[in-house]
Amino acid sequence: MPSAASGTTARPRKTVYLGDPLAEPPPPELLAILERHRGRGDVLVTVLQQIQAQYGYLPERSVRYASRELGIPLARLYGVATFYNQFRFTPPGRIQLQVCCGTACHVGGAPAIVERLKAHLQIAENQTTPDGIFTLQTVFCVGCCSLAPVVIASGAAHGRMTPGGAESLVRDLGAAEEGRP
Amino acid sequence: MRSTVKVGTSTCGLATGAEATFRALQEAVSETGLAVSTQRTGCLGACHREPLVEIVVDGAHVLYGPVTADRARPLLEGHFTLHGAPPPPEDWVVSRTPDRRDYAFFAPQVKVTTANCGVIDPLSLEDYLAAGGYEGLRRALAMSPEAVVAAVTDGRLRGRGGAGYPTGLKWKICRSQPDPLKYLVCNADEGDPGAFMDRTLIEGDPHRVLEGMIIAAHGIGARWGYAYVRAEYPLAVKHLEAAIAQARDAGYLGTDILGSGLDFDVIVKEGAGAFVCGEETALMHSIEGRRGTPRMRPPYPAASGLWGHPTNINNVESYASVPSIMTGGAEWFSSLGTSESGGTKTFALAGAIQRTGLVEVPIGVSLRQVIFDVGGGIRDGHSFKAVQIGGPSGGCLPECLLDTPVDYGPLRATGAIMGSGGMVVVDDTTCMVDLARYFLSFTQDESCGKCIPCRIGTRKMLGILTKITRGEGDTADLDRLQQVAHTIHTTSLCGLGQTAPNPVLTTLRYFRDEYAAHIHDRHCPAGTCTALR
Repeated sequence: MPSAASGTTARPRKTVYLGDPLAEPPPPELLAILERHRGRGDVLVTVLQQIQAQYGYLPERSVRYASRELGIPLARLYGVATFYNQFRFTPPGRIQLQVCCGTACHVGGAPAIVERLKAHLQIAENQTTPDGIFTLQTVFCVGCCSLAPVVIASGAAHGRMTPGGAESLVRDLGAAEEGRP
Repeated sequence: MRSTVKVGTSTCGLATGAEATFRALQEAVSETGLAVSTQRTGCLGACHREPLVEIVVDGAHVLYGPVTADRARPLLEGHFTLHGAPPPPEDWVVSRTPDRRDYAFFAPQVKVTTANCGVIDPLSLEDYLAAGGYEGLRRALAMSPEAVVAAVTDGRLRGRGGAGYPTGLKWKICRSQPDPLKYLVCNADEGDPGAFMDRTLIEGDPHRVLEGMIIAAHGIGARWGYAYVRAEYPLAVKHLEAAIAQARDAGYLGTDILGSGLDFDVIVKEGAGAFVCGEETALMHSIEGRRGTPRMRPPYPAASGLWGHPTNINNVESYASVPSIMTGGAEWFSSLGTSESGGTKTFALAGAIQRTGLVEVPIGVSLRQVIFDVGGGIRDGHSFKAVQIGGPSGGCLPECLLDTPVDYGPLRATGAIMGSGGMVVVDDTTCMVDLARYFLSFTQDESCGKCIPCRIGTRKMLGILTKITRGEGDTADLDRLQQVAHTIHTTSLCGLGQTAPNPVLTTLRYFRDEYAAHIHDRHCPAGTCTALR
């Protein structure tokens, strides 16, 4: 075990870290995404969106591959990725719960729904349950204001929600999910 | 006999189970052997009665709602009186006329841009053509580009995104640029919480938006168009992309459009969840694949936009109004509105109101007409307190201002703005201080952080408001709020920051007694603030 106090042993870690993604060619599914966008100027956001669609989040290695293959500085890629709310750097749960907190949902009681779900799932916002089933997020307006308050589970919108209704929705979804691998 | 059963399957319909209703209807049709076709449509706007099902038999229309999946079969059997089934109960019926004006929600409305929403199949080009689609484009292509711009100017169309800049003037400035490469952008980054006009329009009638863009391209001389659609609207993206593919196949997009020599094509760009990207310079940065931060103006996009080329940016609804100007004429279009602005405006009615949904009214009608005649007033026996108009950039108006006409100038005079069209009505159970705090938490969260007044100012204001809602405020806080608001308003870089204080300033102006109750009596009159219960 190298000691942390020793400067000479701490330094090589950096080299290994940087060199790692260059060691092998990108996996085929990632290469297919990158190939589509080579040499175009307006694709940075789109590339990140497609990587996220592929993996469910932005794995660090894939962002590094994108930087190398497309010749875009890594700092620029991360600058863009961290700017937009859509991008995430950790794997999401199998069911993504989004509580709409738009104006109509807010005055209709969305804060109470968020609190109830946090208590039920025992996680904070933007976290995933330890069993990897649920990720809880709040979003600003999904455009279903006339049905406020709205909860979205795996892309399906559920209108006219209540804290109790949201909890039983999550309970049902969790029970249905439990048997699956 | 030609019979059609139409089900509204926009996002709002799907949220109430329209997909299950559609499947149940299809099943019932095949089991009963009825000679009817089932069709998916967009949203008629009457979201409070969704899922909506319209049955058309030989031109006789009956609109039913809400039709949940379990009601599908009894509805079909009853409507077509199969096996002696009783007719559907009267309280399922929304309307019995083709124009639906026998229902109070539709009676005061004038549908121009949303005329096809909920009526045609949004994924069918034939349906759009049958409804008179692309006729505006044909007429525009027969005119000179200057005449097209002049018609839009004469129609007094103003930017529907909220700022209300005259669209014709914008086109003229962009057209006059010497640069031969010009871009066109459709701003569908509808970020205002409480607004869903653009979503409904694109989901329900994507070809109309596209047609407006092509006409604009002809008027301006643009070669490429971008449609920047919010990431939260997957169905809108899908419908718009399908419409673009159909338009390309049919020769409405591409090279030499309809033999006129016009070359134009549209690319869809999905947003990535940043409210500030609704600001035009930030939006362009985002399309270019950069961080969506705004920049100083001038130069305005019309002079130097995407990659430094002249770029015309309009809102979805502005483009959707253009085909009607071409077919109906500038004179008719301008006569719909006021002497300052022509045409109609869509509003997303939501909140504590009887009939929520998407409405389209002539510019110049009063807020009272929209909220009480169309919306049916307040729900559950509560009383009207305020209407929040214009989202986080707008303001909260009290009852005494309900006779204000919905027009750019008069609304700005009250301290609110026309905005993109979100209209959230709140009743006596909503605390205005908490509502102001909510909007500040939104703008603070969405501030891009580039300029200091917005980045730090909104945080300061949010801190003061949170303190007041916790019952820890003091009298000097109100002065502090006003002072910070003034600084943010006058020194922020972009519209997001400049208008961020509006919800606070309007609530301070019209609902000061509620702030006073929180500060002096340690009491929340509406009972919303949990710390003061």
